[in-house]
Amino acid sequence: MLKRLLFCLALWVGLVPAVMSAQQLAPDELVRSVGNEVLSIVQKDPDLASGNRKKVLQLVETRVLPHFEFGHMTALAVGRDWRRATPDQQKQLTDEFRTLLVRTYSNAFTSYRNQTMDVKPLNAQAGDTDVTVRTLIRESGRQPIAIDYNLEKTDGGWKVYDVVVAGVSLVTNYRETFAAEVRNSGIDGLIKSLAMRNKTNEGAAAAK
Amino acid sequence: MKPSKIASILALGLLAGCASTNNPHDPLEGFNRAMFSFNEGVDKVALKPIAKGYDAAVPQPVRTGVSNAFSNVGDLWVGVNDLLQGKPGAAATDLFRVLVNSTIGILGLFDVASEMGLEKHNEDFGQTLGRWGVGSGAYIVLPFFGPRTLRDSLGLGVDLYVDPVANHDPVDVRNSLLALRAVSDRAELLPLDRTIEEASTDKYAYVRDAYLQRRRSLIYDGNPPREKLDYGAPLYVSPLAMSPVQDLHRLALVSPGEVIEPEPASAHQTEAAVPLAAEAAPQAASE
Repeated sequence: MLKRLLFCLALWVGLVPAVMSAQQLAPDELVRSVGNEVLSIVQKDPDLASGNRKKVLQLVETRVLPHFEFGHMTALAVGRDWRRATPDQQKQLTDEFRTLLVRTYSNAFTSYRNQTMDVKPLNAQAGDTDVTVRTLIRESGRQPIAIDYNLEKTDGGWKVYDVVVAGVSLVTNYRETFAAEVRNSGIDGLIKSLAMRNKTNEGAAAAK
Repeated sequence: MKPSKIASILALGLLAGCASTNNPHDPLEGFNRAMFSFNEGVDKVALKPIAKGYDAAVPQPVRTGVSNAFSNVGDLWVGVNDLLQGKPGAAATDLFRVLVNSTIGILGLFDVASEMGLEKHNEDFGQTLGRWGVGSGAYIVLPFFGPRTLRDSLGLGVDLYVDPVANHDPVDVRNSLLALRAVSDRAELLPLDRTIEEASTDKYAYVRDAYLQRRRSLIYDGNPPREKLDYGAPLYVSPLAMSPVQDLHRLALVSPGEVIEPEPASAHQTEAAVPLAAEAAPQAASE
């Protein structure tokens, strides 16, 4: 009994620093470590580099997505209609939008090889809870691409809620489209249309 | 295609535009959608297949060389625009890039300057106008050239007027070069095709909004002032609002008031989230 208690205590003491460090990692450090980790995994695995879909999705799910806050993302993309949606509708919207973003942009992960990532010095104050981490993806023979990550501080550490590629926000770029869908066919119409898009994409991927 | 046929398509598009405009942020939407499909059609039957063939037949180093050579020719005009925008340092870099790449880089085939850390800039006359405070005006899809705003269409005209490739003599060489440049540019975008196809439920709107965001970012050289985007913010940042100087918006087709004006505060009063209403109110009061 006492042994087990001691074991639990040891485990607890052992785990705390690990969890704490993940939570307290500065936003630029987080982006750098996740980015470099993913880039090096892609470079080492020929399956990933050649775009093996299943493996890419698995990599993104396990390494990248835990640091994303899809609820916030979806709320931003849906705009003011978000508050009119029921909790159930919000959940469905988030699920469909998550699927759309992940499936669409995961492909981009593997279209180029031999990339390196520069993280620019963070321009933020000590108490900030909302920051932008600017990065530059370099590849020899190509112009570098600027990718900015907007992060917010949560209880579970810093979470990405928007990604801006070459000045284009992947999230807010949907605002106008989503607003039009809601205007024409309501929130359920938007959910349906997203689900349909996802189904079509899935079919196209299976046919490949 | 005969000019008369193109003209009739344009006319049709304009008619459609007059008939179906219901989006105040995209007053030419009907015309634009027609022109967007037209461009998609041209791309599908002509440009894309050629670009695919080019991509498959020509080895990567040669393609990079071609793209670098056109980029090098363009850097002079980039430098002029940097000067016009009051950035002599950037303009000096551009000039130095041309000197280095035209000599050590063997007529621009190799982008030695970038390897040396002389960064390539992205400038054109539309951006210069934006920097000068000219509002962007309505979004418009041009035949063949694709997405622009009214301001950027004017910019495009000036860009083409001084373009060394477009002014090259003799004409047959010029046309070959223009075609090669179009194919080379298109080939570089091939990897994006699937993403754009799958990313949205409305490709036209997705491309439009990406174009407007991208241009806004370019005008501010990648550091646009952060937009206030929250659940109660206006759904759409009007192209007019992108202009640093607001009172030049007379260039636009739409009356600025209907686009920029914040929501009346009363619209929020029934909402539970009072802070948002509170934010909107002082804005409205200050107008």
